[in-house]
Amino acid sequence: MKQLEVLDYLKLNGWQRFLYNLKCFFCGIPGWFVNLCKKIGRWVKKAGIAIWENLKDLYLTLVKGKWQTKVSFLIMGFGSLCYGQVLRGVLFLLFEIIFVLYMVFWGGSWLSLFGSLGKTPMQKDVYDEVLDQYVNIPGDDSFKIMLYGLLSIAFIIALVYTWRLQIKQCRINEEIMASGKKVKSTKDDMKSLLDNQYHKTLLALPVTGIMIFTVIPIIFMILVAFTNYNAVDADGYNNLFHWVGLKNFNELVNFESNIPGVKPFSVTFGEVLGWTLMWAVFATFTNYFLGMFVAMMINKKGIQFKKGFRTILVMTIAIPQFISLMYVSKMFASNGIINGALLNLGIINSPIHFFDDQANPNVARLMVILINVWIGIPYLMLIATGILMNIPADLYESAKIDGASGFQQFGKITLPYMLFVTGPYLLTSFTGNLNNFNVIFLLTGGAPVKTDASAVGGAVGDTDLLITWLFNMTTGVSGKYYLASVIGIMIFIVVAVLSLIVYNVLPSNKNEGDFS
Amino acid sequence: MTDTKKYLIEIETPDGALVSSEQHETVGKKYDVSVELPEGYVVAESGEVEAPSHAAPEYVEPMLEQKRQHMGIKAKRIISNTIIYIVLIAMSILWLVPFVCIVFESFRVESTWQVGYVIPKQWGFDNYINLFTKTDFPRWLLNTFIMGVAVAVLQTIIVLAMSYVLSRMRFRGRKGLMNFMLVLGMFPGFLTLILLYKLLSDLHMTGNNSIFGLILVYIGSSGMGYYISKGFFDTIPKSLDEAARVDGATRAQVMFKVILPLAKPIVIYTILMGFMAPWGDFVLAKYIAHNTSKGMNVAVGLQNLIASNATLSTNYTMFCAGGVVVAIPITILFMCLQKYYVEGVTGGAVKG
Repeated sequence: MKQLEVLDYLKLNGWQRFLYNLKCFFCGIPGWFVNLCKKIGRWVKKAGIAIWENLKDLYLTLVKGKWQTKVSFLIMGFGSLCYGQVLRGVLFLLFEIIFVLYMVFWGGSWLSLFGSLGKTPMQKDVYDEVLDQYVNIPGDDSFKIMLYGLLSIAFIIALVYTWRLQIKQCRINEEIMASGKKVKSTKDDMKSLLDNQYHKTLLALPVTGIMIFTVIPIIFMILVAFTNYNAVDADGYNNLFHWVGLKNFNELVNFESNIPGVKPFSVTFGEVLGWTLMWAVFATFTNYFLGMFVAMMINKKGIQFKKGFRTILVMTIAIPQFISLMYVSKMFASNGIINGALLNLGIINSPIHFFDDQANPNVARLMVILINVWIGIPYLMLIATGILMNIPADLYESAKIDGASGFQQFGKITLPYMLFVTGPYLLTSFTGNLNNFNVIFLLTGGAPVKTDASAVGGAVGDTDLLITWLFNMTTGVSGKYYLASVIGIMIFIVVAVLSLIVYNVLPSNKNEGDFS
Repeated sequence: MTDTKKYLIEIETPDGALVSSEQHETVGKKYDVSVELPEGYVVAESGEVEAPSHAAPEYVEPMLEQKRQHMGIKAKRIISNTIIYIVLIAMSILWLVPFVCIVFESFRVESTWQVGYVIPKQWGFDNYINLFTKTDFPRWLLNTFIMGVAVAVLQTIIVLAMSYVLSRMRFRGRKGLMNFMLVLGMFPGFLTLILLYKLLSDLHMTGNNSIFGLILVYIGSSGMGYYISKGFFDTIPKSLDEAARVDGATRAQVMFKVILPLAKPIVIYTILMGFMAPWGDFVLAKYIAHNTSKGMNVAVGLQNLIASNATLSTNYTMFCAGGVVVAIPITILFMCLQKYYVEGVTGGAVKG
């Protein structure tokens, strides 16, 4: 595709720029892939060189190093202890001891089963002579095998890294000694942790937390997608599951239904994904524009009680969302206050089904979007008010003198400015809406239920998002954990791709200087 | 372009007197219209002042024209403002109706199920009394409060440490760490609960003790929520750090003595958000508490009250009462700290 010159680009108006960016993005995909491959190639090359260098360095250290260093190859931290770095040495040594103990008594056996995830199933009702009764003999627990296997692998990687680190340390110490200086003492180490190495001190806690509570669980869940992990498997035992390769992902592209009248899993998945995307688009943009509109109305010159109106709206943010959502959900229930009032007044004869199981799917979806507007406008109003006040007033004045109408002012000044400033916010709120669990779950619970959906993923409704569906899969009786992981991975792919597109098309990232 | 010329305009008024008016004109610009002219004088399109003609009827004409135009604009503004008032008042009512309804319904004594009217026929505190005596609501409140305090303290420490490092320090792997967290954030976070639930239940941190498990889950990966406070730290000039460093302060001293005192709004915002998170959280709490009444937070507990149609008819007004009890302190707290919330939100939503 022909690239535009900078000057030509600047001549375009907002929409043309947007389209141009979009076109550039899609035309750029092939090149992008080529670049990615090249990048990966370069990474591999770099990693290879790094490993080679490391090995060479290790060899040299081993051959030329002093005896303390040589001992450090086997006993971690020995070198540091010899050179007077007590704290480092003790920590290194402790780490090695813990690792050895863990592997011998605990991790090793788990790791050896990791490849098969266990073979012995639980034996039910076996006669136990000592107890003189029938008991269940527990078999292998695949869940634990997988988890502790994973932890062991992580532990091994950590050990290799630490081992390399302490050898490097020995070598550095040797060099310092050779040049006649003193090696860093424990006191120096402690000092530098509050000064030059302060970032390590600060990052230690957050990063450990992220590793334990996010990284390991996510790797685990990705692995689960390649197993048949069920809460209850066919035999009624829930302890054993196996690797199944890509079978679960095949379900997503298998468009043939086994049971007549029931859609295959892939179609159901497609429907839910479609509604999720539609919901995210509507929920984000209705809130965005209406919230901005309300902020502009309140900000308009000559409107009194600005503070009062704002306070009323902000108050609705303050009230915990689950209360408003659950209450509104009950208000619109078929025996709720709205239907009750309408019946009492004689306006309707039978209750309107807004979003229960007898509701029309489209009505339910519309209601969810409308109620989400009710929830979301105050937030946007709050954000937009601050930004609108920052728009230089002389822009409007000069526009007025040039004879621009209110709509023109909005289209040429307000909107571009808002889009420019809130671009990142739009992106995060879009991905947030893709995973907006609370609104859907507390309002409708996914109802109305799809009657022709595949039973593989459990019950699913017309207002169910991927995330609420996923929740039902993991909490229901069937507990389809493997499918939940597959869907989790799909959500990740959708979010990642959309973020990538938006990030590349968004004006904030391209026309950096437009408004500054 | 600052060359200003002065004009002295002398015009003969209808009654023969001379009126003089000093004008400033910037070269290259049109005549400044806003200058006050004697009554009856108008500015022509060419930018020159036109005196009203001497004939009386023709003298009245432009006056009327001007007045009519003025009236037109004014009327237009009145109409548009009225529309805006109507819309805003309607909105305010629409936004407040559910909350007014919930308060009224919480005082209803004559029936505990959903009815078609708002104002109770019989008022009383029965629902509140039942809520505190017949359900685990006091326990839920206590659970949520403990979690709120714990999360507020621990999460603030973690988030501030993370955002401070990423904003004000440069070290190897900083960009990589940020990208890594960005990618991690794209996974649905609740997926991790399947594993965490098993782990926590092995440690006896679910069910009755679920507050401990929940606190761990809340704060565990809270380091990933550093964006807003990082945005705030980014706005504090770097020269402050450098000046303090030159004066011999260590990096830790720079943080505690120079930057953090300046970052009070974001510290308060983080504390506020940390405290409010357990009050609004539903999905994590539901998963970890796992139908054990004693381990629930208010959201899950109240939802549990009205979860099925059978309990809905006996507990509905109690649920309303619970909603009011929870909403009042949170709302008051929020309104008091609203300033910080607005600063935090707008600071985080706005790019540079």
